Amino acid sequence: MKRLTGALLAVLVLGVILCAAQNALLINGAGATFPYPIYSKWFDVYHGKNPNIQFNYQSVGSGAGIKQVTEGTVDFGATDGPMNDEQMKAFQDKRKTSILHFPTVLGAAVPTYNVPGVSSSLNFTPEALAGIFLGKITKWNDPAIAGPNKGVSLPANDIVVVHRSDGSGTTYIWTDYLSKVSDEWKNKVSRATSVNWPVGLGGKGNEGVTGLIKQTPNSIGYVELIYAVQNNVTYGAVKNSAGAFIKADLASVSAAAAGAAKEMPDDFRVSITNAPGKTAYPISSFTWLLIPAKIDDAGKRDAIKGFLKWMVSDGQGYAESLSYAKLPNEVAQKVEKAINNVQ
Amino acid sequence: MATATPTIPSAGPLPGSRSFLSRVRDGDEIARLVTFLFAASVVLITILLVYQLWVNSALPRQKFGLRFFVTQVWDPVMDEFGALPFVYGTVVTSAVALLLAVPLGIGAAIFLAELAPPRISDALQFLIDLLAAVPSVIYGLLGVFIVVPLMRTVIYPALNKPFGFLPIFKGPSYGVGFLTAGIVLAIMVIPYIISVSREVLLSVPRDQREAALAVGSTRWESTWKVVVPFAKTGIMGSIFLALARALGETMAVTMVIGNTPKIAASLFAPGYSIAAVIANEFTEATGDLYLQSLIALGLVLFLLTFIINGLARLLILVTTQKGSGSD
Repeated sequence: MKRLTGALLAVLVLGVILCAAQNALLINGAGATFPYPIYSKWFDVYHGKNPNIQFNYQSVGSGAGIKQVTEGTVDFGATDGPMNDEQMKAFQDKRKTSILHFPTVLGAAVPTYNVPGVSSSLNFTPEALAGIFLGKITKWNDPAIAGPNKGVSLPANDIVVVHRSDGSGTTYIWTDYLSKVSDEWKNKVSRATSVNWPVGLGGKGNEGVTGLIKQTPNSIGYVELIYAVQNNVTYGAVKNSAGAFIKADLASVSAAAAGAAKEMPDDFRVSITNAPGKTAYPISSFTWLLIPAKIDDAGKRDAIKGFLKWMVSDGQGYAESLSYAKLPNEVAQKVEKAINNVQ
Repeated sequence: MATATPTIPSAGPLPGSRSFLSRVRDGDEIARLVTFLFAASVVLITILLVYQLWVNSALPRQKFGLRFFVTQVWDPVMDEFGALPFVYGTVVTSAVALLLAVPLGIGAAIFLAELAPPRISDALQFLIDLLAAVPSVIYGLLGVFIVVPLMRTVIYPALNKPFGFLPIFKGPSYGVGFLTAGIVLAIMVIPYIISVSREVLLSVPRDQREAALAVGSTRWESTWKVVVPFAKTGIMGSIFLALARALGETMAVTMVIGNTPKIAASLFAPGYSIAAVIANEFTEATGDLYLQSLIALGLVLFLLTFIINGLARLLILVTTQKGSGSD
């Protein structure tokens, strides 16, 4: 009986503690799935340092993130592709204030393939990638592919293109890059989280694309860099705007951001695909937090600003252990200044 | 199926002569009310569902009108949306699935109910119920890792070489496509057909069989000409259940259909289904028109299920009127 009372007491105490934890300031966010691992790490660590502040982040996708922050059902959003002017206007109309983009970390998309007999890393030119995904280059031994891959014997087989079937920030980066390097792509397909693909099969998620490529000889597709690194997927190098073939890694992705930092607009809505710089990987992108410029609740405002300040400084230290490229210093400093725009 | 309604043994006065209060006390009125509410909730949920889908798909209705059903372009960038490739994919994969699953499922059910020793029948039934409970993502994985390679290396050459002149077996195979999705769906719905059909066949009264045997028919004749026709309505019910599952199946189809919104005559070509495109694109659908077009697709799927079910029921009505032993 005594033991039972003790147990009950323990449960009661635990309940009280949990309730106390519930009393912490809760800040809700929703959006992109790509940065979810680093965001949940950040929110966890930050909550450890500031027990009275708790972030709750739902990785429901960039589109849903934009929608929810516009409707005000969450305190902040997150997206892999910057909001377009139309969406910014919709936010302004609805919330009577503007929305601010804060870059947090960087990601990249890499070309991955399954060509029987080819085990070495392939080099791709922008023209080759655009041609393949437009369905104009149909054989692996096409001169556009074989040219920069001297010494690799490419078969005369038909190319099978694989793309993401679900809407995805990775698709946004990939199509944004193709739009920059190919006018035909820009006019015919353009950039978005889902597009009307001229050719190819769709796989759901990075794992779906990788699965299809593994199962289909002579296929090519694209996956998120972190996924490729963590799952040992072979991927190729891409020729950057300086003419060098660069294989994506944390350094070359950060280099792309540094290259673009000089022309960084004040609202941070910038695409860094095909960025200048000899060592820059050309299919890289920021991912952003979306914060309303005016937050009425002072407690929430201070908490969000405090988190942003920590995120661009100490928080960046957690990025590389989770395979995200961190913000280059120039950008981080610029972001730190911009935090004051939240009022 | 064909059981007579049992008469309620009435202890005490007839229901009509009892006061309302006493009926409430006995629980009759309460039971009536509660069960009525439960039944009404089904109708209510259906109405709410259609209402929500209708209200939230106003934009594409205004912009495309009926064109939504007949155009083939699905372009989120240019805001052009047409449902036809998805409708086509949904119908074709479900048709392939039923074509494969119905003969197999009913054949298996006849064996289990009529011919197999009861112990084997029960053991197999347990396994079949187990199969019906497997999550669809598992069937999807089975599709990706077994059916897709099998399709490319065995099924495709076997069908394409002799029958390649037929449009439905023409063209290259990527492993994924309409046929692969149809096969995976067939595997998924077979347990439903077997399980329900077996129960129905087992519930056919024993005297029906005995009568058939008594007039000199063989065991197979009694099964095929007496027992199966008697159970026809129930067997049709099992096929409906299978059809409903095939039309709405999302995860497994997404994994093996190829996710390409194109209409192709070849069963080897990759395609897309309504449920798959909604699952794929809903989370990242940014524009209002885009999102509402996806919701409109949901409404189309609802309509499609409604129409197909209606047609099937009509078919049963027509065939059963020609006189079978069923009620």
